[in-house]
Amino acid sequence: MMFHQWKNKYWLAALLLTLCANTAYAQLNILACEPEWAALTRTLAGDAAKVYSATTAQQDPHHIQARPSLIAKVRRADMLVCTGAELEVGWLPLLLRKSGNAKIQAGQAGYFMATDHVSLLEKPAVLDRSLGDIHAAGNPHIHLDPHRVQQVAVALVTSLIAIDPSNKNNYLENLQSFTLEWRDAISQWEKQTEELRGKRIVVSHNSWIYLEQWLGLEKLAVLESRPGIPPSSSHLSKVLTQLEQSPADMILHADYQNDKPARWLSKKTGLTVVGLPFSPADEESLIQWFNRLLKPLLSADS
Amino acid sequence: MHKITFMAVITATLFNSSLVFATSETDAIQQQLDAIKKEYGQAIKALEDRLLKAEKGAQLANDQAQKLAVQLEQSSSTRTPSSAQNSFNPAISLILDGRFASFDNSPEDYELPGFALGNEAGLGEKGFSVGHSELVMSANIDDKFFGKMTLAFAEHDGETETELEEAFIQTLGLGKGFTITAGRFFSGIGYLNQQHAHAWDFADAPLIYRGLFGDQLIDDGVQMTWLAPTDTFLQLGAELLGGSRFPAGGTTSGIGAWTAFADIGGDIGIEHSWQLGLSHWRSDNIKDRDSGGHAHGAGEAETPSFSGDSKISALDLVYKWAPNGNPNNRNFKFQFEYFDRQEDGNVVMLNSGPPLEMTSYDGHQKGWYAQAVYKFKPQWQMGFRYDWLDSNNRGSDADVLAEAGLDNEGHTPRRYSATLEWLPSEFSRLRLQYNQDESYEETDHQLLLQYTMSLGSHSAHQF
Repeated sequence: MMFHQWKNKYWLAALLLTLCANTAYAQLNILACEPEWAALTRTLAGDAAKVYSATTAQQDPHHIQARPSLIAKVRRADMLVCTGAELEVGWLPLLLRKSGNAKIQAGQAGYFMATDHVSLLEKPAVLDRSLGDIHAAGNPHIHLDPHRVQQVAVALVTSLIAIDPSNKNNYLENLQSFTLEWRDAISQWEKQTEELRGKRIVVSHNSWIYLEQWLGLEKLAVLESRPGIPPSSSHLSKVLTQLEQSPADMILHADYQNDKPARWLSKKTGLTVVGLPFSPADEESLIQWFNRLLKPLLSADS
Repeated sequence: MHKITFMAVITATLFNSSLVFATSETDAIQQQLDAIKKEYGQAIKALEDRLLKAEKGAQLANDQAQKLAVQLEQSSSTRTPSSAQNSFNPAISLILDGRFASFDNSPEDYELPGFALGNEAGLGEKGFSVGHSELVMSANIDDKFFGKMTLAFAEHDGETETELEEAFIQTLGLGKGFTITAGRFFSGIGYLNQQHAHAWDFADAPLIYRGLFGDQLIDDGVQMTWLAPTDTFLQLGAELLGGSRFPAGGTTSGIGAWTAFADIGGDIGIEHSWQLGLSHWRSDNIKDRDSGGHAHGAGEAETPSFSGDSKISALDLVYKWAPNGNPNNRNFKFQFEYFDRQEDGNVVMLNSGPPLEMTSYDGHQKGWYAQAVYKFKPQWQMGFRYDWLDSNNRGSDADVLAEAGLDNEGHTPRRYSATLEWLPSEFSRLRLQYNQDESYEETDHQLLLQYTMSLGSHSAHQF
């Protein structure tokens, strides 16, 4: 009998603790929409924040469902760190509306969109859905350019300080060490990838523009005839004829994308298909991820 | 060379900044941050300029073509609206829906024995018809409110009818997990009820929705929801409703109906997610709720009219699976809902008599459906659904009950449905659906070919 009473009390205490946990803790709750921003935020916030990523590297950030678990996460978040530029337009607005959370609504300090802090490429001149699922603000996949990532890091620290001024020194120190490491890493990557300059590539979705620009890759063709629309066989054969006239060096696709069209083209042309991790894995740092991203490119080339 | 110099600048700035915040001069820190931002910005710009120059040759032809297109566009529109004005316009989207329907039985003979049909319940028209076209406008009103309106256009007996389907305001980030909605909205009862018909996985409503709500429960009122601050999704909500629309109905002053609901949900690993809901709807003192009766043939239609108390309880379950949690290429969805309605009052047959035919009424109706939808390729999806209804209605005058369509005629309505959908993009869908409809004794074979297209701004879909 005594034991049962104790057990009940423990239960109650545990329940109360879970309910109060987030109010009692001083740690910030940060929800990142993509793993790359989760990795960056973890590095910059250190122990000052608990960071959760809404998506994994295996998921297409364009097409996420506003799942109950995500609504619950947004409800408790002190800050959102997302890409913006309409990448999350199919799900983030709904999460925001359902959350009943004032801190992370658009315009608040806790609403951080990375693309607001850098310049974007490929802003379309003509907005028409016959061109596919295009982003009016420009291509949002900026995390593939380490220089832009550095800009985002600076802006992110400014926002973190605005939300959590008591940990200002922590954030600034983290930014400083990140910047130093990042600078070294960039110069190393740029040295390593010197040989990739001018390589001609075929991509499956137009998500690599920032990487192409940074590494000096030349994009010959895209397998999707329009962004977001699976490649048709007529478009693929057009690409094939194009490649017969001016051959490419490799085919790139993101790990999460359907690789069938790329494999088909590879069979016809003998080109290497390079599957790249579009985003960091769980708990992976940005530097580790970039190393992993560049490795298959370099080995495909040699 | 460029890069090395700006890196040096950044390092210098950062080292300086460490000295600065050691002396805790906060303004200086901000300045340093700004300086880093600025220098990096300039460096990036320089890089981009270089690249741009390199790319310019190849892009020149492309640019000229684009310029020409822009010029053409500008010359064709006499005056472009000020972009500052335009950019604050609400997000507008238009849903176009059209279908071709083939039925073995006449849709006019349709009935659901044991259920008095009301609102939009029915099979729709045979042959070609435009279904529900919808015009949706929504925007954040300010930092406190969100607003949305949906106008539905449908054709009934050769006339175009406009219906205000939704018109509500909603608080934005009220805090502590609270959200208040006011106006006309889809009630929080059940699962499918909160979704627009164009987002459904089948061309028609489940039989139990048709029988109880006339497809969907919409009402005017206030809704409050609260989201618990827990890792597991837990939402509680309640609504106070006008109750002047089916399945309440008649004239009410003040609050004619209310609902309460609870939803719980979460993920299991990365690939599975689920949601379970319980909900209750209640309307006491309904006065004169009209519905369609049993098909009669000649003479002026006698309309059954119910007065009394009504309550509905519902259970809904949704489970979704996507390989690696990435629903874009393949995904699976299972959905189940159960409803139970109890009513107590009397039914009068309008236009009958004199004297008016009348019976006491003690009704019990229940039903469920289960459906599974599988997207097996990025652009292809198939689905199966099974519907089942039952009722046990009693009254003082069995003949009047039968005339009101409330006698189940010893039949339990059921229906088997299958669909195949082609989804060329996120914005378009072509659907082929087959129903073996055993709603009433004579089995009907129904074939529907439907398109649903969404134009304009990108809408976000609910789980």
